[in-house]
Amino acid sequence: MNTFTLGLVVVIYLLVIAYLGYRGYSQTKSAKDYLLAGRDIHPFVMAMSYGATFISTSAIIGFGGIAGVYGMGLIWLTALNIIIGVFIAFLFFGRVTRKMGHNLDAHTFPEFLGNRFQSKKIQVISGAVIFISMPLYAAVVLIGGARFIESIFEIDFSLALTFFSIIIAAYVIAGGLKGVMYTDALQGSIMFLSLFFLLIVTYQKLGGVSAAHQALTNMVDLVPENLKAAGHEGWTAFPKMNSAWWWTITTNIILGVGVGVLAQPQLIVRFMTVKSNRELNRAVLIGGIFIFVATGFIYTVGALSNVYFYKETSQLAIQFAQGNVDLIIPEYISAAMPEWFVYLFMLALLSAGMSTLSSQFHAMGTSLGRDFIENIFPKKQFNSMLLSKISIIVAIIISIIIGYKLPGSIIARGTAIFFGICAAAFLPVYFAALYWKRVTKTAALWSILSGLAASVFALAFMHAKESEPLGICQALFGKPTLATEFPWMIIDPIVIALPVSIAVLIAVSLFTQKTSDEHLAACYHEIK
Amino acid sequence: MLGINDPGVILGYLLAVVGLIACVVYGALNWNKGMETSTEEIQRDLDWEEKDEHLKEEI
Repeated sequence: MNTFTLGLVVVIYLLVIAYLGYRGYSQTKSAKDYLLAGRDIHPFVMAMSYGATFISTSAIIGFGGIAGVYGMGLIWLTALNIIIGVFIAFLFFGRVTRKMGHNLDAHTFPEFLGNRFQSKKIQVISGAVIFISMPLYAAVVLIGGARFIESIFEIDFSLALTFFSIIIAAYVIAGGLKGVMYTDALQGSIMFLSLFFLLIVTYQKLGGVSAAHQALTNMVDLVPENLKAAGHEGWTAFPKMNSAWWWTITTNIILGVGVGVLAQPQLIVRFMTVKSNRELNRAVLIGGIFIFVATGFIYTVGALSNVYFYKETSQLAIQFAQGNVDLIIPEYISAAMPEWFVYLFMLALLSAGMSTLSSQFHAMGTSLGRDFIENIFPKKQFNSMLLSKISIIVAIIISIIIGYKLPGSIIARGTAIFFGICAAAFLPVYFAALYWKRVTKTAALWSILSGLAASVFALAFMHAKESEPLGICQALFGKPTLATEFPWMIIDPIVIALPVSIAVLIAVSLFTQKTSDEHLAACYHEIK
Repeated sequence: MLGINDPGVILGYLLAVVGLIACVVYGALNWNKGMETSTEEIQRDLDWEEKDEHLKEEI
């Protein structure tokens, strides 16, 4: 690969990003612009921004690589991403959120919950939960992007990290949510085109759709023994019921990521950026196509890479990548695709990382500024925009420090931890805020706290993937996890924490004082 | 079907495609619907901006 050509492509890309960031900046005049993109975002921009934020580099490289090892069973995640993450999210959550958010004058997700339950405490705690747990997730994406720049341009990791952070910080801080969403739309489009092309060329190389799948099906006898033991039954088959991989795919990937998406604050806030339901209707169409291509195509390609590698080198994808799951997709791209595509794919990966990070920085900054600090010091009047800008800088610095300090093993779990905590703490409350009038302020608060506590407990003491590297369980009880019976140590924390927060929400609601009819009427004004 | 024999994976692909079709059909049928931004909503938006301006001036 020619470093000069790649450098040139990246420079042009960054110039376009800078222009879009500047457009966001020049159109940002008020706190509403800064926090909610002025509430008049175009449906295409909204849908692409939602999709690009949702799909990070690790979703493409990481999950694509997992499909390379375990096969096409991962397509269930695509199905859930579209049905739950787009269709249900936009139409059943998005519409009501948009209208209620407007009725309640909410600028952020914690503010939405706080105003819905007339509780500053809920707003402050939600803001704090997001601000404390999200840097871990941001650090994963940040380090991923920096490692990528380090290897491509052969520069020092610290330099890559600083460079990458400053670029994103510049347009997030200056352009607010408008800057974030405009750049997201471009980045989403690059991701879409690259992944579309990738699948088409892959099928072409392997002799067509059916021939490619059949070749992969025929490789069933080549499954290594260790994978067979984990439940692998071939790359075009779902894992064996009740096997380790079956539990991982059903609870961790499908439930944790597939359902967890509904409670992501940085995605929820996007519902409040459009001015009417018409924009959401249009965004469903665009978002559905985007997620289908962005996730379904890469999982299929990941699995099919085995056919290519076996034909060319008599090795499986994971063997060719020397056991490193994260290298399967990059190795496949450089081996099988034309050179110009390698450049485009580099941009797609850079885009995937930047679009996710920019939204994370924005969400963390507004949680700290608007939701936490403004309510902790209620007597002081703050300039929301300025406070958010300063808070975003703080959030970025914390993410960078976490990225440097934490061991690699825990960093890799950052996404799952954040998704799990958000789902357990916020999903039942968010759903009830929209659809259950009987839910009370006290119940909402206790549901958030119990979901958070159950989630942290499961992460620290049950789910071996987190409890082992965290080491708290080892220090207290002398063993890596308290779960002794299969499959509890591999079941995702969401399976334990979500029922806890649902039960607390319902039980406490039934025994505490109802929300006043006037407030409910204000919340549900013009919501059918 | 198309070289895949496992019902679990076929069902996964079918669901993904059904989801995609649902999104496309719904979006296309309702492309121009839902534009009912009420005058009240617009007024609230204006109030919001005014409050914002007012706050900025105070600071």
